[in-house]
Amino acid sequence: MPKLNQERMPILAALNEFKRNRLVPFDVPGHKRGKGNPELTEFLGEQCMTLDVNSMKPLDNLCHPVSVIKEAEELAADAFGAKQAFFMVNGTTSAVQTMVLAACKKGEKIILPRNVHRSVINAMILGGAIPVYVNPEINHEIGISLGMTRVAVERAIRENPDAKAILVNNPTYYGVCSNLKAITELAHAAGMLVLADEAHGTHFYFGENMPISGMAAGADMASVSMHKSGGSLTQSSFLLVGDGMNAGYVRQIINLTQTTSGSYLLLSSLDISRKNLAVNGRDIFAKVRQMAQYARDEINQIGDYYAYSSELINGDTVYDFDATKLSINTLNVGLAGIEVYNILRDEYDIQVEFGDVGNILAYISVGDSQRNLERLVSALAEIRRIYKKDKAGMLQYEYINPAVAVAPQEAFYADKEALALEKSGGRICSEFVMAYPPGIPILAPGERITEEILDAIEYLKDKGCFLTGPEDMEIKNLNVLKED
Amino acid sequence: MELWFSEKHTPSVKFSIQVDRQLYCGQSEFQRIDIFDSKEFGRFLTLDGYMMLTEKDEFIYHEMMVHIPMAVHPAAKKVLIIGGGDGGAIRELVRYPLVEQIDLVEIDELVVEVCKKHLPQTACCFNDERVSIFYQDGLKFIRRCENEYDLIIVDSTDPFGPGEGLFTKEFYGNCYKALKEDGIMVNQHESAFYLDDAVAMQRAHKRIVESFPISRVYQAHIPTYPSGHWLFGFASKKYHPTADLKAVKWNALGFKTRYYNTQLHVGAFALPNYVEELLKDVE
Repeated sequence: MPKLNQERMPILAALNEFKRNRLVPFDVPGHKRGKGNPELTEFLGEQCMTLDVNSMKPLDNLCHPVSVIKEAEELAADAFGAKQAFFMVNGTTSAVQTMVLAACKKGEKIILPRNVHRSVINAMILGGAIPVYVNPEINHEIGISLGMTRVAVERAIRENPDAKAILVNNPTYYGVCSNLKAITELAHAAGMLVLADEAHGTHFYFGENMPISGMAAGADMASVSMHKSGGSLTQSSFLLVGDGMNAGYVRQIINLTQTTSGSYLLLSSLDISRKNLAVNGRDIFAKVRQMAQYARDEINQIGDYYAYSSELINGDTVYDFDATKLSINTLNVGLAGIEVYNILRDEYDIQVEFGDVGNILAYISVGDSQRNLERLVSALAEIRRIYKKDKAGMLQYEYINPAVAVAPQEAFYADKEALALEKSGGRICSEFVMAYPPGIPILAPGERITEEILDAIEYLKDKGCFLTGPEDMEIKNLNVLKED
Repeated sequence: MELWFSEKHTPSVKFSIQVDRQLYCGQSEFQRIDIFDSKEFGRFLTLDGYMMLTEKDEFIYHEMMVHIPMAVHPAAKKVLIIGGGDGGAIRELVRYPLVEQIDLVEIDELVVEVCKKHLPQTACCFNDERVSIFYQDGLKFIRRCENEYDLIIVDSTDPFGPGEGLFTKEFYGNCYKALKEDGIMVNQHESAFYLDDAVAMQRAHKRIVESFPISRVYQAHIPTYPSGHWLFGFASKKYHPTADLKAVKWNALGFKTRYYNTQLHVGAFALPNYVEELLKDVE
């Protein structure tokens, strides 16, 4: 339970005080409270522009906080049950990268599931860590990657006693949680750090009957996307640090890549959202959960769609499930998730979070209304009525065990050549290929390209997935390592 | 003393009625509900500050919503009204002896209660034994209906607020599914004059065209709605709105109406060129 007064918002208070003092700005930003850019001020609003200011004594400094940002970070740490919380303004991506860079130096190993966000592998390119992938099991019926089994983690630890850390998705994009507490105990017993990617798990810290949060499970660091379920502005995030870490070193790592001009719009949004969650989070997430459950029940009555939830829990690969997530399998309608995703937007003016081979994810939050849920459910019913077809020819999602031939950093910087996709089989890839969202790589730098992978890429392109990663924006060519 | 009700028809155009007194003011789960009395227009209902109906000109709206489809499909027995909590559409429908069942789906129970109390001119026929009221989201109600209704009347508010879901493709598609093979849907279709209304009107038309094989728009003159020129949608699986008009049959019913007649029926589908162009743009 928080010990500090969570009603306080020190950054907000400092900004309000700053506005009252009417300082004459002879510093950056050059728009000078919006006056120098009337068009932008008209568009974003005067209030917004007057708060877009630079670090200064009364407002503290994100790189080296000593006053209001420090106090706001203490309040956040208190709210999340962490030793230290860092305000992040370069996205949860930078929080995840900091975790990996703080845990592993060049050449050191990190154990992780393959269904990680690209930011994790990016960090390995930056820092030179070596991935040891644990195969996340697959649920073949719905075609999603699950969590890591305890046995698989144990084996990875046994086979790689020199690994420095284990990274765990808590939860996955779809809402699946591994047994984080058991994994943490195993890791700590082997002297390894535990890094929790909680980009989709902010609410675990505040809602009732939620899966266990990273800090509660004893993780050493956790990256929390406040801008997802927490309600802050896009790109703002928290990095939480537990007792086992040197917080000063973590701050040094953050400052390697984080901007020195931290946006006060983002910082204040974190401060206000932390207060809101600490004070109202329990009620907010009870409502979100109830809305998600309502939609799930209605969608499951339509027929063919399968909106899954805690019935997937099996004590291991699905140790827990985040019931605020509305993930829907579409395969029995005869449509790929990505097809339903596109029809919803193009025909029904409904934007869902993502569609993959077999599923869509509708993101439910405190900002939703019952009326909009009715629209989503009705649109899905209509799509089934109009588009339903035989499911023959639908790709079964298979986990492709990555063949890591070269470390990501080495592969990324190696001499390379571009080859047409169909000619690249058997070679080692030097770049990412992923569908975005969800942003989980199909290929990462250093991995061998197989026919299976090429088939998957062609299928995703054919179904209209938004593929990203390669230098060639049209994904006709892939950069591969030169062979001697 | 002068007390005025004003509604902004655009950010720079205002429509005002001098109010004699306010009869009711309340907030439901969905919207703010007000009833005023005025010298010129009699009693009038507003939702969230937007004019819904006045006693003086509601006959135009309700006659055009009901008699147009009924004159094309006089055998209609089972009718669904979505919205219409003021009871005006029901009042016109219960005049038809062949109509056997009228289901009204209104999201806001308080609207019905308030209209029963303060607007007896429209809320006069809720007690007709053929009428059933369901207090539910229209989109949710219709999701479960298939091949059930001869006529669906979409008597909605504007597409900004509780009525938003009733201007969507998923709603029109569900209406198609809920209608029998010769069923008709009519809907409140906004106006073509002011830009924001015209955009909403085009979007609705586009969505209806995508859902129904026959989709036409007709017009009426409603003084208290923005620009006074109001449109309705006629969407159908089988009947054409003018080619299939059964004028002799309808006239034989002998109804006394103040706005509608079967010559006007045909004329109402002849639209100004600028409206036709807006419609063609999205067809």
